[in-house]
Amino acid sequence: MRKLLLAATALAFVLGGTAEAQQTPRKGGTIRLTAPYGASLGSFDIHTTPRAQDGIVAKILHRTLYNWDTQNNKPVLELAKSVSASADGLVHTFKLRDDAYFHNGRRMTADDLIWSYTRIMDGSKGFPGARYIRIIKGAVDVEKGAAKEISGLRKVDDFTLEMTLTSRVEPGFYFFGDTTSILPKEEVAKSTFGSAPVGLGPFKFVEHVPGSRLVAERWEKFYKPGKPYADRVQLMVMGEAAARDVAFRNKEIDTSILGPAQYVAYRADPELSKGILEVAEVFTRNMTMNPAFKPFSDKRVRQAFNHAIDTDLIIKRLVRDKAYRATSWLPIASPAYDKNMKPYAFDPEKAKKLLAEAGYKDGFELEWTTSQNESWGLPIVEAAIPYLARVGIKVKPKLVETAVLTEVAMKGDFQSYITSNQTGPDSLSTLRCFDSRTPRTACNYSGFKNPAYDKLLDDAAAAPDEAKRNALLSQANALLYEEAPVWFFNYNKAVMAYQPWVHGLQANATELAHQYPEDIWIDERSPVAK
Amino acid sequence: MPLLILRRLGNTIPTIVAVVLVIFTLFSVIPGSFTSSGDDGRMLDAQVMERMRKELGLDDPLHQRFGTYVVNLAQGDLGNSFRTREPVTKIIAQRLWPSLKLTLAAMGFAILVGVPLGFIAALKPGSLVDMASMVVAISGLSLPKFWLGLMLMYLFALTLGWLPSFGYGDGGIRHLILPAVALGVSPMALLARTTRAGVLDVLNADFVRTARSKGMSEYRVVRWHVVRNALVLVLTTIGLQFGSLMGQAVVVEKLFSWPGLGSLLVDSVFQRDIPVVQGSILVIVLFFLLINTLVDIAYVIIDPRIRYG
Repeated sequence: MRKLLLAATALAFVLGGTAEAQQTPRKGGTIRLTAPYGASLGSFDIHTTPRAQDGIVAKILHRTLYNWDTQNNKPVLELAKSVSASADGLVHTFKLRDDAYFHNGRRMTADDLIWSYTRIMDGSKGFPGARYIRIIKGAVDVEKGAAKEISGLRKVDDFTLEMTLTSRVEPGFYFFGDTTSILPKEEVAKSTFGSAPVGLGPFKFVEHVPGSRLVAERWEKFYKPGKPYADRVQLMVMGEAAARDVAFRNKEIDTSILGPAQYVAYRADPELSKGILEVAEVFTRNMTMNPAFKPFSDKRVRQAFNHAIDTDLIIKRLVRDKAYRATSWLPIASPAYDKNMKPYAFDPEKAKKLLAEAGYKDGFELEWTTSQNESWGLPIVEAAIPYLARVGIKVKPKLVETAVLTEVAMKGDFQSYITSNQTGPDSLSTLRCFDSRTPRTACNYSGFKNPAYDKLLDDAAAAPDEAKRNALLSQANALLYEEAPVWFFNYNKAVMAYQPWVHGLQANATELAHQYPEDIWIDERSPVAK
Repeated sequence: MPLLILRRLGNTIPTIVAVVLVIFTLFSVIPGSFTSSGDDGRMLDAQVMERMRKELGLDDPLHQRFGTYVVNLAQGDLGNSFRTREPVTKIIAQRLWPSLKLTLAAMGFAILVGVPLGFIAALKPGSLVDMASMVVAISGLSLPKFWLGLMLMYLFALTLGWLPSFGYGDGGIRHLILPAVALGVSPMALLARTTRAGVLDVLNADFVRTARSKGMSEYRVVRWHVVRNALVLVLTTIGLQFGSLMGQAVVVEKLFSWPGLGSLLVDSVFQRDIPVVQGSILVIVLFFLLINTLVDIAYVIIDPRIRYG
């Protein structure tokens, strides 16, 4: 499986044209990245914000215990040089870097990790990273106010940290997220921290023009020798795809995330097509079916739904091939993804037969809740309606804002709804969203219940090695496919256009816009090469 | 005059109270909240959402929240942003100058082009100039700002390479021109139409005919009688357009990555960052009221016959 993933990632690099190992990185110049997700940048206190837009800033200014290795699709140590685990896999001893300096010049020590993780567990605050830190023994006690220190964190010396976990998991999956970044206590205490942040990242903050741009310059004491290559990073807030297109063609920006319309145009252009980076991100677009709505309590109806829609055609025509067909819940970059699985075939006759067997020969009426999103919202629902009508399912779309969709899902106040779920990179925690013991408010939005499935997850969690664990998770994923609690639509194909002078971009499956800027360099052809 | 100003300012108070009440109530009852407005697929964990709601006071009863809001507002405190945790006054202050700059530039463009265009058209009704200026006016009114902005980008940035296509730059004029024109074309067109209608109306008035029959030169007629009398209608249009332009700028601000209040407002609405929404709307409304109060005062200066009861 690992080999397959490596091959897939390597292919993405070759297709993207970023395999430039033989070239020597050039120093200097300005990298001009874009923040494409509409909204302005939020707080620079990265502990407070889980948004993708702010994650781009985090990669520039901050650092976490682990990084995401975009080439091998796995977490790797970043702020530690090595880690050893106890025989039971619960106690991890990290030898921290002794050469990591905050932008105020102070050296990072184990105290900074302990303080940052303890802060995130402050029960009076809503720090989104708490969901990851809870894996440390005693973190929940801090969250509940029963303790002031996380008992599972122990400073052995300034550069050695012992971490005791509550269960046997790979800690890298929990400590690479931006919301678990290591921050300097003395700077966070200042009222200016949210607007003039100090971190451990490769670039230090210079300027922020709200709603327009962020500028950062090379941090000379960054711990990776020779990096970052560029002198400066400019991050332009550009939510409008059409405006990004003009700016990119006008060579005012170095990278641009493409929407479906631009993807088609850029692929057709002989010059622009040379600078396209594609990756299957860890997001699964799907329509969740609520079993409390009687027809969906029958597996055959859910399977019929998957057979009734010509999903491939919708991906090709409407999503403009900017997606990969979903075969089950786990995405392509997941270690437990089974590439031999085949998606549900488009077979209206089989769908009708299954509906008849389930007692719905004449079909039924369905309310389908959706947002306006172009890739997983109303346009997709409208495209699916005629297919479903053909097998007797009459769909009434119910339009809501994205902000409302989450509430709808958590309350179970739906017959069906379409959305995009983050489904990685950790396969086990992703599949736990269908564990019958996971409440709907956590993430089991379909209220899925299957004892055999739960057992597979428990066995995977207890598995002594990664291969065994992934095999069990693959089985659970296959069971999910068979049970079809959702319409498996697609995995997002994220696409980034880049200028010919840009090198070192990473096919990051967790979020393509999240680039580690210390690895990026620009050659002399850039208009801002000096 | 001071009494007039005081009276006009006093009249704005009920409007402000109504706006505060409506905005607060509206954003308290519509579905969706800050804690549930995450990105694509990144839903927050339920416990975090619960704590966040508590921390932000979203679980407090509506009347309690409103009371706190009004008390703080009376002290000039607009609260803290849910998203950035910074004071709303600080966030708005950062956006106010770019917003004012864009609005002033757009209105300047509208006045400098629209008013002369309307005048020329009215002085030569039915002529080629009249028809051409009205074609420009109608086109300007009907072109969507987003499309127009894009076309300006394509022409002046991509094709001619004269101007940058987006951004705030160093705050200089080069980055201001395209968004200001994109925003100013619609009020320019409206001003041209209004000016033309106003001037035509005055040109047909009895006192103009009398002035002409007295042998007054056409220049003097226009200078002393037409301009002064037509100005009241033009000024009304300028006031209404100017006041509402800050709120209308959102499309242009988003398109050009301009750091104004409009884009802040829209971002905040989608993210249900209620304190910022309330603060931004309040500032936009205050701006509108201020401009219209100034226009009312200007009426009296231009035409002393105008009196307010």
